[in-house]
Amino acid sequence: MSEIPVAGQPATGEGAALLSVDDVSIQFGGLKALDHVSFDVREGEILGLIGPNGAGKTTCFNVMTGVYQPTSGEVRFAGSPLGRRKRFAITRLGIARTFQNIRLFGNMTALENVLVGADAHHRTNVIDALFRSPRHRREEREGEETAREVMKFLGLERRADELARNLSYGEQRRLEIARAMATKPRLLCLDEPAAGFNPAEKAQLMDLIRRIRDRGLTVLLIEHDMSLVMGVSDRVAVLEFGRKIAEGVPAQIRNDPAVIAAYLGTEVDDLDDEEANL
Amino acid sequence: MSEPHIPLREGSTAGGVPASTVGQTDDMGRNRFGWDRLALSRRVTALPRPAKWALIGLFVVLLYLLPLLEIPILSTPDTDFGAVLFTVASYVLVALGLNVVLGYAGLLDLGYVGFYAVGAYTVAVLGSLQAQLSWWLLIPLAVVITTISGILLGAPTLRVRGDYLAIVTLGFGEIIRLTALNTEWLGAAKGITGVPRPPSVELFELPHLQWEGATAVIDLDDKTKFLVFGVADQAPYYWLALTVIFIVLGADRMLRLSRVGRAWEATREDEDAAELMGVPTFKFKLLAFACGAFIGGLSGALFASRQGFINPESFQLLLSILFVAAVVVGGAGNRWGVIMGAIVVAYLPERFRGFEEWRLLVFGMALLILANFRPQGLIPPRRTRRAQAVDEQLDALEEGTDRV
Amino acid sequence: MSFLFNNFVELTVTGLVLGAVYGLVALGYTLVYGVLQLINFAHSEVWMFGSFAAVWVTVALGVAPGSAMPVVIGVLLLALLAAMTVSGGVALLLERVAYRRLIRLDAPKLVALISAIGASFALAEIMGLRDRVAGWIGLRDTLDPYVRSARDNTRFQNPLETEGLFTVGGYTVSNVDVIIIVSAVLMMVALDQFIRRTRTGRGIRAVAQDSEAAALMGVNRNRIIRATFLVGGIMAGAAALLYLMRFGVTRWNAGFLLGVKAFTAAVLGGIGNVRGALLGGFVLGLAENYGSALIGSEWRDVVAFLLLVVILLFRPTGLLGESLGRARA
Ligand SMILES: Nc1ncnc2c1ncn2[C@@H]1O[C@H](COP(=O)(O)OP(=O)(O)O)[C@@H](O)[C@H]1O
Ligand SMILES: [Mg+2]
Repeated sequence: MSEIPVAGQPATGEGAALLSVDDVSIQFGGLKALDHVSFDVREGEILGLIGPNGAGKTTCFNVMTGVYQPTSGEVRFAGSPLGRRKRFAITRLGIARTFQNIRLFGNMTALENVLVGADAHHRTNVIDALFRSPRHRREEREGEETAREVMKFLGLERRADELARNLSYGEQRRLEIARAMATKPRLLCLDEPAAGFNPAEKAQLMDLIRRIRDRGLTVLLIEHDMSLVMGVSDRVAVLEFGRKIAEGVPAQIRNDPAVIAAYLGTEVDDLDDEEANL
Repeated sequence: MSEPHIPLREGSTAGGVPASTVGQTDDMGRNRFGWDRLALSRRVTALPRPAKWALIGLFVVLLYLLPLLEIPILSTPDTDFGAVLFTVASYVLVALGLNVVLGYAGLLDLGYVGFYAVGAYTVAVLGSLQAQLSWWLLIPLAVVITTISGILLGAPTLRVRGDYLAIVTLGFGEIIRLTALNTEWLGAAKGITGVPRPPSVELFELPHLQWEGATAVIDLDDKTKFLVFGVADQAPYYWLALTVIFIVLGADRMLRLSRVGRAWEATREDEDAAELMGVPTFKFKLLAFACGAFIGGLSGALFASRQGFINPESFQLLLSILFVAAVVVGGAGNRWGVIMGAIVVAYLPERFRGFEEWRLLVFGMALLILANFRPQGLIPPRRTRRAQAVDEQLDALEEGTDRV
Repeated sequence: MSFLFNNFVELTVTGLVLGAVYGLVALGYTLVYGVLQLINFAHSEVWMFGSFAAVWVTVALGVAPGSAMPVVIGVLLLALLAAMTVSGGVALLLERVAYRRLIRLDAPKLVALISAIGASFALAEIMGLRDRVAGWIGLRDTLDPYVRSARDNTRFQNPLETEGLFTVGGYTVSNVDVIIIVSAVLMMVALDQFIRRTRTGRGIRAVAQDSEAAALMGVNRNRIIRATFLVGGIMAGAAALLYLMRFGVTRWNAGFLLGVKAFTAAVLGGIGNVRGALLGGFVLGLAENYGSALIGSEWRDVVAFLLLVVILLFRPTGLLGESLGRARA
């Protein structure tokens, strides 16, 4: 495997805050989707973000990636506030994400999808492209290298020329991760990446998430599958009705009465079944 | 209905996965449209390189010779064939330009004729009515002015959501025509005469062919002067337009296979996702608009200098609709398809001018039938074709894909 | 400027009359757009066929102006019925021929647009060639009053004589003005109630909001789509008669510009919004009239389109927003 050198950040979760969600609220009409939520994602950790359906997890991602402006509060990335930055600018800053509902560019090939991600940092313009300038050639070469490396990392190298929409469901999920990783983010946000996976696939995904972290990326993971989140996360934050009700290492969360109550008293580990009929 | 303008709201069918990603082609009937007729193109691709280039070269030469060959079935009995060929070529040019906007970037521009008009009027106004600039200056000027007008027009309108863009651009197209119609300085309703023609150099003469049944003889009475841009013999205009088409095709290919082309496509497929993957979508949409305007203006300028005379009548809204039809009928996003579409839309009505009265009816029916029975266009984008092949292999096991 | 002030009432009333027609035609665009998210380009031809139906009824009955009131009312009602029936029928035909297959295939919107454009050309041309078509089927002479000068203006002989009712600000408001504005408002209220109260109306709203969910809840989507086309067509038929009562002529290609304007009205009001359609129509009609009074009537259409552009830039979902799916029951 010719992976990018391992950053080797241990899973202590002791790093400095890479992303700070600071007292963020957002309101949709009468509904407070996020209500004074604060948490930090520390450099090099895997932070799990859990909560029942409609708790505001995806909304949280949307605020962090510039899709929504918070009604109050702010998000800081690597120390500086996101402010009213455009979505593409936030991506260039180093936050990348996947989507709960797969949103690939269906009529482009898998490779092209990933290339679009790699293009995030490219500057080739019309003139460069028309005259095949050195910049164009350098960026094409660099982009393709990045894309192929990332696709290989995700086991998609043999599907490169397939149209995205012709990939299997699992491959599409991984292609979304590949596309996000190609933007060379410092923080990778995964929105329910295991939705619809069987246990074997979930185990592979856990392994994958750890390997992503080992490449030096910080991971923020939204997931419903408790065993997956608990197994892979260094720390977990819990949302319910737009409020953060708990935060801590998995062992603490597992025994937190508020969390157990939020899941209607169900054993936290049984939640897979509930998820299955959504 | 209520959803699409809410970005990234999960669980919404409308705003969620782009329609093209899931349903469309899968439901389009795996076998219903076979693309076997394209076997020819596959066979050409398989040829060894030199043979391929020779074949392409031959084809290009044939295209240039077309007005001289006077091929019986092809040639139009009722109009000068050179003129018809020019008309077809200018439609092809326009369609290639609109294809950037509509096929690549996915922006429905129903006012594309506006750019065509700006190009034509620049040449006419500055070449005849208000000033007498040289043709060599007029063409670049027309292109620059049209491109700028495209940017000025796109900057406010491209913020408007997809379907509204159609009506807003349509409005702008009309505004441009009506402004020309109502402004004395622009020639008003009576139009502008004496539009400069491309400068001529008389080098040599080329004879046409004459057909007697299946045998052709060289007709020494019917000659085209090379290169004289006159009124009677329009073949030189066709050669000019054809040359421009080849240049545009080359540029189109360069853009397509670059960051620019990818950004357009990603924007077309899913604007929000593209933006979140680092594509400044607004900038690229504007760029597509500018490129489209550039090509539209260029063809308008050529049209005016061929015609020698323009008035607002030449830039009816209907023409925009025909342009869109050309792109979609051919297969939006595929430059060869688009060329085919333009040929169909421009050539058929000319070929059947004898049936003047019925031709629009037939044209309307043809659009209706093509849309319904060939929804991917005459020549769909290569990827769609490939997807078709893959879809055929997909089996029930892959049901999971639809779970999105 | 002074022209605008001196004729303010006249400009306002005729603007509302024009707006009423725009609004009724706009309904067809708004409904179909709400349910299918498609621009029904051929809706203008639905209106155009309705206008010919109304003309033909008066030709067939040959009632001279100034007949007895019951006769006049009878003829007008018959013309209305004919226009509504024909327009409704053409709308259904359109759904069948230009849309159904593509909807089933879930084809790209653009293709549906081209299909509708094709249908629009074909329908307009059939009307423009009606004398030839009649010749084909051997009825050229029998049908002469209906098909002659197929490419020229066709006059509508309004059996109702225009009478002044009252005078405001130097303008005498006529019975026709009042009939048009009042009927348009009444039809709009009726349609609004239909969408709110009836089963079909609820179905239309459900499909507009979320077509898949509606299907899961047992709404027959195809039936609802047909109903939507039919209702839009009926409204266009009514608009056709009202238009003729005031403007008196129609033409095989009259639909095009009116259609563009009506679509503009629909977008102005917020496409997909039934009440917005009438509001958009009125705003457009008034703006056209005031605008052309200010800067010259040759700029009438420019005013209309500029208004559209400006409103969309500042209120991207139209004046009342897009709300077919959201209307409260
Ligand atoms: N754009 C929006 N407009 C209105 N309500 C929204 C919007 N986006 C999310 N919501 C609401 O906010 C709440 C939180 O949603 P979300 O963040 O998607 O939950 P989840 O935790 O399941 O990802 C839900 O009640 C949802 O309906
Ligand atoms: Mg979510």
